[in-house]
Amino acid sequence: MSEEGKLRMQLQCPMPKLDFEVITLGHGSGGVLTNKLLDSGVFDLLSNDILDERHDGATLDVKGKMAFSTDSFLVSPIFFPGGDIGELAVNGTVNDLAMCGAIPQHLSLSFIIEEGLPMKDFWEILVSIKFACEKAGVKVVTGDTKVVEKGKGDKIFINTSGIGELHPKATISAKRIQNGDQIILSGNMASHGMAIMSVREGLEFDSEIESDTTNLNHTINGLIDEFGDAIHCLTDPTRGGVATVLKEIAQTENLGIELSQAKIPIDNQVASACELLGLDPLYVANEGLFVAFVDEDKAEAVLSALRGDQNGTNAAIIGSVVEDHSKQVIMESAIGGKRVISMLPGEQLPRIC
Amino acid sequence: MKYMSEYRDPVLAKQFLEEIKTTVTQPWSIMEVCGGQTHSLVKNGIIEMLPDEVTMIHGPGCPVCVTPLNLIDKAVYLATEKGVILCSFGDMLRVPGSQKSLLEAKAEGADVRVLYSPLEAVKIAEDNPDKEVVFFAVGFETTAPANALSVVHAHIRGVKNYSILASHVLVPPAIKAVIDDEESKIDGFLAAGHVCTIMGNAEYHPISEKFEVPIVVTGFEPLDVLQGILMVLRQLEQKKAEVENQYARIVREEGNPDAQKVIHEVFEVKNQMWRGIGEIPESGYAVREEFAAFDAAKKFSVNIAEAPEHPDCISGQIMKGIKKPFECAQFGKTCKPTNPLGAPMVSSEGACAAYYHFSGMVEQA
Repeated sequence: MSEEGKLRMQLQCPMPKLDFEVITLGHGSGGVLTNKLLDSGVFDLLSNDILDERHDGATLDVKGKMAFSTDSFLVSPIFFPGGDIGELAVNGTVNDLAMCGAIPQHLSLSFIIEEGLPMKDFWEILVSIKFACEKAGVKVVTGDTKVVEKGKGDKIFINTSGIGELHPKATISAKRIQNGDQIILSGNMASHGMAIMSVREGLEFDSEIESDTTNLNHTINGLIDEFGDAIHCLTDPTRGGVATVLKEIAQTENLGIELSQAKIPIDNQVASACELLGLDPLYVANEGLFVAFVDEDKAEAVLSALRGDQNGTNAAIIGSVVEDHSKQVIMESAIGGKRVISMLPGEQLPRIC
Repeated sequence: MKYMSEYRDPVLAKQFLEEIKTTVTQPWSIMEVCGGQTHSLVKNGIIEMLPDEVTMIHGPGCPVCVTPLNLIDKAVYLATEKGVILCSFGDMLRVPGSQKSLLEAKAEGADVRVLYSPLEAVKIAEDNPDKEVVFFAVGFETTAPANALSVVHAHIRGVKNYSILASHVLVPPAIKAVIDDEESKIDGFLAAGHVCTIMGNAEYHPISEKFEVPIVVTGFEPLDVLQGILMVLRQLEQKKAEVENQYARIVREEGNPDAQKVIHEVFEVKNQMWRGIGEIPESGYAVREEFAAFDAAKKFSVNIAEAPEHPDCISGQIMKGIKKPFECAQFGKTCKPTNPLGAPMVSSEGACAAYYHFSGMVEQA
């Protein structure tokens, strides 16, 4: 989200006057202070018919096949160019559900807060969550708040779980990927990871790089509406980046994957920042991107539909599924050489020179 | 990406490859000295594109890989036992010491921070006056000016809680050591472009003359490397042995005199241990006596015994180009980037790690 958009949100939801400025252990005790914290506006901000019942859990009306997913968020710093941990926590679970071919509906929301977190930071995160939920069309229906001692957390950790009904035309599964499938990447890679890197202590660099965090459910929904079972599999290349998800799929499904480096979309600033720090953008995290394995006859049509969506303007076909070299992802380099794409042994670390 | 994509042009790459093919009439072995070039060769799939007559041998030019085990142990000791804030370039963190890596020390609670510039470490020292801050100053001549400058800055600003744990290695003595080795058989060299950006080309002329080898100062983009290889091959085929500069858009003959000045102000040349190779005379930098207060090795009088290298590791032979990574019995089996037995598997620019990641020599689990 842009700075301007953020400001607009904050103005729409000003923080109420409170008799505390920071969150302390007591706010997680379950007693008076917990109620004070929740009544301070948490319930009002996220209000909906189910949450408003304030019961121990949510009672939901569901029918048919559901998708269910969970994710925990512990990003540092919690506010970063293009977003914050609150928005990320909603979009992350919404997107995981969307990748299953589901229409995300209900979320749970749990906070683990390190004591000392300024209430104004917590409020800002809550406002982000509210607007991210509205944008994605999901409701927070149950939640939890715990506070840990200083030093036992890192400002705030958020867990969200979510459920959603499967789209009636969705048949998404890695088992459906077949030889000839075209691999579409929905946009520029590596923006989220590099946005975080640009503000990380000790590595800061000036740039206009923003996280790509966004909800993809409406985009995916539209594609499934139009193309149904031509979309064989969807996955979002978050941690580990595009390389890691493709290698995982190749390995578990016994498939060969061919990529063309020249076709993989990346923003110029992001590419330069990766060069500077010696990071391979293929392994850098994304938060608003998906990879689609699409029937080869429909791939061009899917691509052109996707390019008409605001989340797919830079989408491209980056490779295909092949019969050769099963379990291996092989990329043709920009100059036409071949290289094997493997998983990294650990976190990618900036290089010395 | 301006000034970058131009050097990744597939049409020009094809032309260079064609020229390489028409130039070569017999087998030649060329060593790329720098790990950055090894990385570029493997990452861009260049090795497989070269004609069979051309064998690329991957030199000792990964500073992270050749940093002595003992020094990593010292850094870990300072971070864990002396309570210092240990600052380092990112890729040093995963390198295993004899007991643990800096990453493991960090996991156990040591204050280990990844920085991109040593000047940042001086700032951390100013912000934490009650703590000692040590920068793990490794690298070739390329990183030496910034590391030296951090000492000068700390000196000028009176920052007394800052010091560097220096382990600088120098390229020309390493090239000499490689040529001198009886077993090695290298016909020509690609010298490291960024090292020469700082130091210039002067040191390479006597080596080229004395040992009668072509040396081409080369950049790191795929077209740079291909052109560098072509220039070496042309010399070899014409029986020439000269120093040429492929990377002229960056490297000047005299290098960067200002950077050299600050290096010589802070450092003096000394004999240096190279992990996997051994001691090479006059191949490293030590902090000069005048700046002893900023030399972590002296400031903390750390005495850590030399730990032995793993007996099955043949990294010395790999880095001198006598053996290829996949000729090692341990490669990809007991020795992997997650559990490196020795130097060239530890950093992504080490020859073994580069092969492991990019060339598909091993079926990874």
